Amino acid sequence: MKIDKPELLEGYRIMRTIRDFEERVHKEFMTGQIPGFVHLYAGEEASASAICQQLGDQDTVSSTHRGHGHAIAKGCDVKGMMKEIFGRGEGLCGGKGGSMHIADLDVGMLGANGIVGAGSPIACGAALSAKTLKTGGLSVTFIGDGAFNQGTTSESMNLARVYDLPVLFVLEDNGYAESTSSSWSIGGHNPVRRAEGFGIEGTRVDGHDYFAVYRAAEEAIKAIRSGTGPRFIHIEFTRYYGHFEGDASSYKPLDEVKDERRYLDALKFFRARTTGGKMLKTEDLDAIDKEVEALIDASVVEARAAPVPDLSTLTTDVYLSY
Amino acid sequence: MPVKSFREALNEAMRDEMRRDPTVIMLGEDIAGGMGAGGEQDAWGGVLGATKGLMPEFGRERVLDTPITESAFIGAAAGAALTGLRPVAQMMFVDFFGVCGDQIMNQMAKFRYMFGGKAKTPCVVRTLYGAGIGAASQHSQCLYPMITHIPGLKVVIPSSPYEAKGLMTQAIRDDDPVIFFEHNTMFDDKEEVPDEPYTIPFGVARTVREGKDVTIVAFGMMVGHAKTAADQMAKDGIECTVLDPRTTSPLDEDAIIASVKKTGRLIVVDEASPRCGMASDISAIVAEHAFEALKAPIKRVMPPHSPVPFASNLEKAYIPSVDGIKAAISAVMGQS
Repeated sequence: MKIDKPELLEGYRIMRTIRDFEERVHKEFMTGQIPGFVHLYAGEEASASAICQQLGDQDTVSSTHRGHGHAIAKGCDVKGMMKEIFGRGEGLCGGKGGSMHIADLDVGMLGANGIVGAGSPIACGAALSAKTLKTGGLSVTFIGDGAFNQGTTSESMNLARVYDLPVLFVLEDNGYAESTSSSWSIGGHNPVRRAEGFGIEGTRVDGHDYFAVYRAAEEAIKAIRSGTGPRFIHIEFTRYYGHFEGDASSYKPLDEVKDERRYLDALKFFRARTTGGKMLKTEDLDAIDKEVEALIDASVVEARAAPVPDLSTLTTDVYLSY
Repeated sequence: MPVKSFREALNEAMRDEMRRDPTVIMLGEDIAGGMGAGGEQDAWGGVLGATKGLMPEFGRERVLDTPITESAFIGAAAGAALTGLRPVAQMMFVDFFGVCGDQIMNQMAKFRYMFGGKAKTPCVVRTLYGAGIGAASQHSQCLYPMITHIPGLKVVIPSSPYEAKGLMTQAIRDDDPVIFFEHNTMFDDKEEVPDEPYTIPFGVARTVREGKDVTIVAFGMMVGHAKTAADQMAKDGIECTVLDPRTTSPLDEDAIIASVKKTGRLIVVDEASPRCGMASDISAIVAEHAFEALKAPIKRVMPPHSPVPFASNLEKAYIPSVDGIKAAISAVMGQS
């Protein structure tokens, strides 16, 4: 089926929002205003966008330490996210989670996660809820190439298979787990075959190609919704920034990074394909760029001005009742 | 009132809550038994039989036998709790905390805080603990101090069948994650337990026995030992109070401090390893808040700082004993 125009515009809007958000966090981090660690998703936008825009309110996402993109794509409030990353009391998590723990259960975002590989069991639990409560929902768990080798991921694939849980396992392979190449760390070098070893059908796609990701996700989501249990997608792409802000990525060979923004850019590909093929007008995309730019600007202005959390919140919400 | 075993009391609490609330589900290894096998279904009902009969009544959709993958199913319990279910997961022995600790200490314990108060994680992790069954170093530990250390978790250690039923009912109805410790040797203990459901609130100590001379604080299995020791010492005219805090988190500090202010003497009996344990924690609390009331140095009755041994004579020597508690009572009374 053709992806219709509103859907394409929405996909582009999400990708542009993620890109601008991350570029801006990169800049703000350098000014010293953002505490802690941030891990940027720039370069990986097509994955979060093309997958999450096909999800509904009843569907959930468990994310990674590189979770800003998933949060934006799943519908988290961008201004609330920026405030959270700045450690403000009006942040999405009251300033108590930060970049690595952004979550909003109201939109099915079950959290970025500071522990590599921790998300898949949680997604299985959410899928079990969906199945038991018959909500019709499914869970997507985004897994980095480092997490893919964790026991939790294998255990979860097995659990999802034996219970036929509605889970989509998405391996986001940006080539490096911290500084370690996935071409070395993933034994057997064939993630799809590893998933197939669990009886889970999988496919591999180019993560710079929004259309390829969209199609793969569309097919997998349709299969999952039909009740046939989990699916797997291996997405390959590049991350533009280091593992965390401050990492110079010196482990990447120069020829690999030299032209990556020129040749490996999902947004550029998207623009060329949609405007060249007359699917969308350049003006429409330019208009989105402007709107997103204004949104990100406003989010930073508001985040800077927002008050830090009240000290009385230090010990609140440890328990519901105690 | 009918007399029931610890096992039956637990089973009744779980059964009644499953009947009452369709969102309560059970997850764990062999909690029914026989999954996928051609023979008897509900063959085990859990390793010590506490969930026997639940699967036949509620079906495999609500009583889920799991593969031996603690991280996956305890993490799934956390995720399910976050999204509308009220799971009771069974981590067979608490020694296996080592294979799934992340999902307990970094995930379910912290969702609510990290997510700015928006999350609710109503799940129970049941687990076996304690020495005395010859199960040696990897199936006998009392890791509740380790887990009590983690903010966001509630930690429950029932000391009798009556306590087990009321505390389990409370645990399942509670909206925070609860780690529920069941002692390996107590499943056949019996006492009067009402048929109807009831709850026992967390953080309220039980006064097992009252006496003016010594305060003895004990947990789980050790509560019975402490009471036996106190009863025997009463024949010599020494009257002990025995307090069972029931939960180590929340901990009823007030009850302990108030009692020590009355008696002036404190003994803590703890089956867990001595370093950074509950006995040390409670000693510190009393030293801080009731120092002036103390008439004698605090005594801690604990095992040695060693793994739990296998051979029966060594294991017996390892576990804090009634005689050991009596010796501590004599010591704080200045009689040794």
